[in-house]
Amino acid sequence: MVVKVYGPVYASPKRVMVCLFEKEIEFETVPVNLLTGENRRPEYLKLQPFGSLPVIQDGDYTLFESRAIIRYYAKKYKSQGTDLLGKTIEEQGLVEQWLEVEAHNFNPPANNLVLHIMFSPSFGITRDENLIKESEEKLAKVLDVYEDRLSKSKYLAGDFVSLADLSHLPFLNYLVGPIGKEYLIKERKHVSAWYDEISSRPSWKRCLEYGFPFEFK
Amino acid sequence: MVVKVYGPVYASPKRVLVCLLEKEIEFETIPINLLTGENRSPEFLNLQPFGSLPVIQDGDYTLFESRAIIRYYAEKYKSQGADLLGKTMEDQGLVQQWLEVEAHNFEPPVLNLVRQIMFSSFYGLTGDKKVIKESEEKLGKVLDIYEDRLSKSKYLAGDFFSLADLSHLPFTHYLVGPVGKEYMIKERKHVSAWWDDISSRPSWKKVLDTYGLPF
Repeated sequence: MVVKVYGPVYASPKRVMVCLFEKEIEFETVPVNLLTGENRRPEYLKLQPFGSLPVIQDGDYTLFESRAIIRYYAKKYKSQGTDLLGKTIEEQGLVEQWLEVEAHNFNPPANNLVLHIMFSPSFGITRDENLIKESEEKLAKVLDVYEDRLSKSKYLAGDFVSLADLSHLPFLNYLVGPIGKEYLIKERKHVSAWYDEISSRPSWKRCLEYGFPFEFK
Repeated sequence: MVVKVYGPVYASPKRVLVCLLEKEIEFETIPINLLTGENRSPEFLNLQPFGSLPVIQDGDYTLFESRAIIRYYAEKYKSQGADLLGKTMEDQGLVQQWLEVEAHNFEPPVLNLVRQIMFSSFYGLTGDKKVIKESEEKLGKVLDIYEDRLSKSKYLAGDFFSLADLSHLPFTHYLVGPVGKEYMIKERKHVSAWWDDISSRPSWKKVLDTYGLPF
């Protein structure tokens, strides 16, 4: 029985899909339409009570929160495909650290830009220029820290690609594309090289084939 | 050499302290004063480049982000003290899921309430009523989901206390105390019983007794 991943056109599910490709784990996808509120219907809320994407079903086992799902598969299938956790427990700690940084420092301002530049006025979002400005400033400061880190380390957690790097791909893809802020990446030599490296991985290219919730201009 | 934990009076470092106590791992603490901006000093930024708390030093090894630190110690010392991760891979996946829920669904509205109610009052300001109302509504919906989950499961990830439950201790303590919204917990039968259970663990009581609050 193959893993089912819900909502493949959206960003957070792609976080899961890129990891499943890296781990050589077969999966199929189930579409969910956020614009029609499919994620607020009882059938979906039974799987994911917060109404967010993604959720996976693996036989009887249901799991939600993309960063929990990728941790689960990276650990369960550690010896299959790419090792995304690190060899020693200390390396794994650094993977956890940078995955938390992605979730708490990178994702919030990036997500504001996604909502206010890409998605507004859908989902009842009124574009807030102040918030866009503040978010870009915050994101720039975070990327300065990344620039320093990546000048000393090939990947975020060390000399190996990990969950921490891959977790950035969906929103970085939006940032350099439809959000129109590629310069934030390109202006930073080491961040730029790191982005080129991780975004050219075959696993990520396969994810892009699942499309997006809108047309990229 | 003993683990050093920075900033014990604050909430996120307490997430680490309670975990270290559960794992029976010795540690010492180093005070950091956020009011004087000690977290923006070059020495601190050398350890934690985002200027946040906590950070730990374990010999040569430095680690930051409280939920990364607790995952590291829970894994490294899995067979010592309380097992906070779960026995099977599937149990562990559920721990990760509810720890992510705490970080992404629970903490943001609570943090808004902490800033608008606790910190505002400390500075003699009135909080933003709109933010307070919206945050309380959001938090109410999250706690309704917790109520449903905890009516079927003794703890969040299953029948065992885990990192996912533990991670809620510092900010729920603020919520029922200085934020003044204890009713949000007490009104929900299973959330209330769960809170009474986890907050009466000796490890948490020891953290509160020993390290105090920032004011």
